[in-house]
Amino acid sequence: MTEPRPDQTNSADSPTLRWERFSFGERMARFAVYLVIVAAIVMSVRAVEVIPEFLYDAPEQMKDLFVRMWPIDFDHYPKGVHEALVDTLHIATLGTILAVVMALPIGLCAAHNVVPNHAVNYVAKLLLVSSRSVNSLVWALLFVGVFGPGALAGTLAIAFRSIGFVGKLFGEAIEETARGPVEALEAAGAPWASVLAKAYWPQVQPAFWSIVLFRWDINVRESAVLGLVGAGGIGMALDTALNLFQWPRVAMVLFAIFTVVVVAEVAVTQIRKRII
Amino acid sequence: MTTFAQQAFKPNWWTRAGWVALAVYIVYAFARLDFTWVRFVTGLGNGARFIGRMFPPSIAQPDSLLKGLTESLEIAILASVLGILIALPIGLFASRNLMPVWASWPARAIIALARSFHPVIVAILFVKAVGFGAMAGILALVVASVGFIGKLFAEAIEEISLKQVEAVRATGAPFMSLISYGVLPQVFSRFIGFATYQLDSNLRNSTMVGIVGAGGIGGTLFSAFQRFDYDFVCAILLSIIGMIMVGEVLAGVVRGIFLERRFGVFARFDRAPAAAGAHQPQGPKAPGISSEKADD
Repeated sequence: MTEPRPDQTNSADSPTLRWERFSFGERMARFAVYLVIVAAIVMSVRAVEVIPEFLYDAPEQMKDLFVRMWPIDFDHYPKGVHEALVDTLHIATLGTILAVVMALPIGLCAAHNVVPNHAVNYVAKLLLVSSRSVNSLVWALLFVGVFGPGALAGTLAIAFRSIGFVGKLFGEAIEETARGPVEALEAAGAPWASVLAKAYWPQVQPAFWSIVLFRWDINVRESAVLGLVGAGGIGMALDTALNLFQWPRVAMVLFAIFTVVVVAEVAVTQIRKRII
Repeated sequence: MTTFAQQAFKPNWWTRAGWVALAVYIVYAFARLDFTWVRFVTGLGNGARFIGRMFPPSIAQPDSLLKGLTESLEIAILASVLGILIALPIGLFASRNLMPVWASWPARAIIALARSFHPVIVAILFVKAVGFGAMAGILALVVASVGFIGKLFAEAIEEISLKQVEAVRATGAPFMSLISYGVLPQVFSRFIGFATYQLDSNLRNSTMVGIVGAGGIGGTLFSAFQRFDYDFVCAILLSIIGMIMVGEVLAGVVRGIFLERRFGVFARFDRAPAAAGAHQPQGPKAPGISSEKADD
């Protein structure tokens, strides 16, 4: 912002008069970040394989795509889309419920004020991180391998992917609770289950509902693609239509996904406004 | 309080009805999605065999693994840069406190449209438009980045203090100066937060868009999976997780440099306390959870 003004620096041993926004180390660190970013961009542009002919062609192909998609095949909805769409919603909802059931104990174990044991906290956090670092499509691939194609694999994929998210945020919410109610109940000799239910729970309840709703909203989006790897739901209808090049049906499926996602987001926003 | 015999914790019948409804729903949904105990148990047997075949992981095709990983990295970098460049003006237009309605509504519609589809679905459309390969992946993730960064940037701008904007405006500054001196300094720290976050998220998704042919390691992963090369699948998964974790650490370093002001140890002169306190990275903590924590 302001340059150091040498005229104000009376002597080298009066440091308080000279003000610099960043220290030398900070400037170098920032410069290093900019340098790495530029280097990464240059290297990526040079290395990435893009076929220019395909790119020139793109607007035409896009136009072709939309022409083929129009008109949207709404007649296909009752036959091939409705069931899959409802399945998708069930996958998202049931997956969220399963995730919450599994994430609550792990989240509790990750909170240091509930379980004052660093080893347990660490293991719980490791479980949460490993759940989050595997993409839901990868979880879906794994569960398709285990349980075969179908909604079961999709639900478990959603559930396992969500554990990390719900558990992490729930654990953080618990760590932020006030100590007072807990101490009051402990002083009255309440068993640990009562302490959890009457001291911690009322404090984390708003955060909990907000986390669950938020994750459900994400899961509705995610469960729509799981079908591409065979894990049930509307993605399978999309995959079939794509493989058969039935573009009006593809458009129908995309339209259905779009509607459901928008409705889910609006619903979640409204519910959050009411209860939180 | 007139009555002293009140119960401390009254039974809440609405909550109990909610639990019953939840239980009924779970049973119904399990039945509808055809979950049975038998299926679950057979699945567990399969799972043991499956995991047995995954270990030890083996790198069957080191070339395609390496090529896929670097391509994923390139897709993530280019998509983040392009996405952020496009998202910033859109986010600015979408902010309702600085822009008139006729500018903010179209921008908000673009953001909503970009956010509503999963990157993999967008990738399918771009594979049709620009053919198989990294370009489709880049474009798909650009769309995702525009949606995410645009939304958060607009929200950040809507939360700024307008006093500074007014002060700059009062000097007769033109619009661009207003933006660069009144608005951007206020949102810069949050911008760093979601830009690093978006890079991280793009890295995760760039490993997946290959499933539909849009370049990157996902294609290698999916074909290994379809060939039942589960030990190679395991090696690919481990390297993806490794790459994502390295990316997360690097994003943390960048956030540390820009937000927490690490590397200040080389300071030549003591900072005045007021100046040190003036650069706290975040404003007051928002209640509940912010959308920056959404990791998808």
